[in-house]
Amino acid sequence: MKLSELTKGDSAVILKIRTHEALKTRLLSFGVARGSELLVEACSLGKQTMEVLVDGTHIGLRANEASLIEVEKI
Amino acid sequence: MDKIKVVLAGQPNVGKSMLINAMSGSNSLKVGNFSGVTVEKTELSFHHDSHTLEMVDLPGTYSIRGFSQEEKVAHTYLLNEEYDVIINVLDSTHLQRNLLLTLELLKLNKKMVLALNMADEAKKEGLKIDVKQIEAIIGVPVILVSANSKEGIEDLLHKVHEEFDSQKRRNSNIVYSDPVEEEVLELSHFMDAKGFKLRDLTSREIAIRVLFEDKDLDKEIHNHPVMVELQSHIVKAKEHIATHHDTENVAEIKANEYIAIARGIRMETVQCKGLKGNENSTKKIDDILLNKYVGIPIFLFFMWGLFQLTFTLGAMPMDWIDAGFGALGDLVGKFIPHEATRSLIVDGMIAGVGAVVMFLPNIIILYIGIALLETTGYMSRVAFMLDGFFHKFGLHGKSFIPLVTGFGCTVPAYMATRTLKSEKDRLITLFILGFMSCGARLPIYVLFAGAFFGAEEAGNVIFIIYIAGALLGLIMAKVLRVVVFKGEDEPFVMEMPKYRLPSLKLIWHTVYNNAIGYLKKAGTFILAASMLIWFASTYPKQPLLDQEYQAKIEQVMGDKTKVMMLKNELKLKTLEASYLGQIGKASEPFFAPLGFDWKMAVALETGLAAKEVVVSTLGVLYAIGDEVDAENNSLINALQTNVSFASALAFIVFVMIYLPCLAASMVFAKEAGGYKYLVYLFFFTTVTAWVFSFITYRILV
Repeated sequence: MKLSELTKGDSAVILKIRTHEALKTRLLSFGVARGSELLVEACSLGKQTMEVLVDGTHIGLRANEASLIEVEKI
Repeated sequence: MDKIKVVLAGQPNVGKSMLINAMSGSNSLKVGNFSGVTVEKTELSFHHDSHTLEMVDLPGTYSIRGFSQEEKVAHTYLLNEEYDVIINVLDSTHLQRNLLLTLELLKLNKKMVLALNMADEAKKEGLKIDVKQIEAIIGVPVILVSANSKEGIEDLLHKVHEEFDSQKRRNSNIVYSDPVEEEVLELSHFMDAKGFKLRDLTSREIAIRVLFEDKDLDKEIHNHPVMVELQSHIVKAKEHIATHHDTENVAEIKANEYIAIARGIRMETVQCKGLKGNENSTKKIDDILLNKYVGIPIFLFFMWGLFQLTFTLGAMPMDWIDAGFGALGDLVGKFIPHEATRSLIVDGMIAGVGAVVMFLPNIIILYIGIALLETTGYMSRVAFMLDGFFHKFGLHGKSFIPLVTGFGCTVPAYMATRTLKSEKDRLITLFILGFMSCGARLPIYVLFAGAFFGAEEAGNVIFIIYIAGALLGLIMAKVLRVVVFKGEDEPFVMEMPKYRLPSLKLIWHTVYNNAIGYLKKAGTFILAASMLIWFASTYPKQPLLDQEYQAKIEQVMGDKTKVMMLKNELKLKTLEASYLGQIGKASEPFFAPLGFDWKMAVALETGLAAKEVVVSTLGVLYAIGDEVDAENNSLINALQTNVSFASALAFIVFVMIYLPCLAASMVFAKEAGGYKYLVYLFFFTTVTAWVFSFITYRILV
């Protein structure tokens, strides 16, 4: 499923990052990669942005970018 | 004395600036900002142990391989400049992510010291870090420091000296994933067997670089005879690694490897003894501040508070400064007998500088507010909450703060765009900021709304003007995004740092630097420009006119109202004959389709200096004297009789859209990165203003 489909409190593991190069580089430099575990910490009104916790780092990202990240719920 | 050039590199939010402050202590010799277009590196130097330490503070970056402006600056500097030692600053409480940058820096093969900052915070969170073990794995000296409590600062400086003097290169014991290690072993055996050597690199290092497609190395060995045989091995090895990583993208493979290594180092060297105090409190605060329903109202309340402070508290010193410069002008005027010189100094220079200094209280208060928002970590939450709305218009969540500030004064608003990290987002925000009507435009609206809609309707009309301006700004942002700043959107992926108590020192530093920068840059240019405008409105002198009116005034001696009238008439005629008046008349054809006469044209043109001037110019031109304000009845009457309703509305629209005042324009040029942008802004706003005024006028006429 897509990361954007998760809601607050869900945990998941990343399967595949399908974003374009710039965004992928950014995510990788944050330590977000295939196999990383994440926890959804917050979603903004209308779920246009979401905050996830990966390896101790809180990361905010847009929902339409989150929809390019494939995850498996755990 | 020996010089050691030290470069500080680290991810954002690791306390680099604080650490520099702590290291230099009071020994700081000079601090200067060398600003690039968007990002700045700071240099400073101080003495330590009979050496001069020259520090270069690079912008905080998560990586040096990325595409952002900061990353490029850091990358270019690290690769091309001469320096002796790198201090890699890390946040002890986020070691794993911070180590990713360290691994990239290691590849530069430079002398390096790791400073694990915020050691005190890590202790509080119950983290125990095995420094010796990290040293053993990475192969560079590691020191626990705290910029806050000054712990470990001396040690760090000593290590920098040691590293500077030492000749030997240590080996790192970084272990990659199994498939990579296998292939590295294979390749290095092959190279050893062939006796292949390159620079001072070991065959293991060469193998790793070949597998990860190091560009510099590729160039060097591309034509080497050994490559003929090596090539097939390399291709096979890469295929093996690619299958393992499920991608052929080498950059991604490398990043995945680094992430695994960083995770490994963290697990091996950091022990966590429960007690995740800070982490928990951040979560608790976020649960409230990022709450779906109350998060935005809370933020709006903070903004309202900041706004109130900026423009009510700031208004008091503004009045004092205004009065002070007025008094200074009078005082200085008394000592200068020569009239033209006096006028130049008092009306041109002192008044011009006064107009600049007047904004200083606003800027200082606003900057304290913004520095607070940024250092506490709240700013990224704000962007997080508002990005959904602003992104629809091609803006960024962080654009909100400059846009709101723009309703008060455009000068600090332009400066507030610095919080936007993406060049495109920043430029779009800069270009549309003028559409947020600043406080100085209010008197014009009050005057015209009062004159043409009556006192009861005026309030509503002004409100509509403000809203219309803001909406127009958002629409223009979208237009700019689609037409001018095309291409891929900057991704919105940002770290949401832990909440931290603000550091007074850092806030002081930010505010002080910005205030001085404003005074220096804007001050010099505005001084020159206000002298030019003074000149254009005063020259050429009209001695005949003066004499004529002097005689007339003497004739009506005693009748005060007649004297006033004659004086105003003189002012009008002088202004009409001045260069400024000539320009106004010359530009009349340009404004004629909008229904403006030359008087309105001149008023708009003087408004380029400062919007407050528009009302007083109209006062002069409609011969009621320049001591008028927006509630002046005789000016309202004069406007009602001389200006049609359609022209008046077109005038309001023009004022709403056209170029902000001179002070703001100068700041714009500086923030946007050059005067060419000011030319673009001039055409962009003037054309938009003209078109919208024209439509308004044509509809109503």
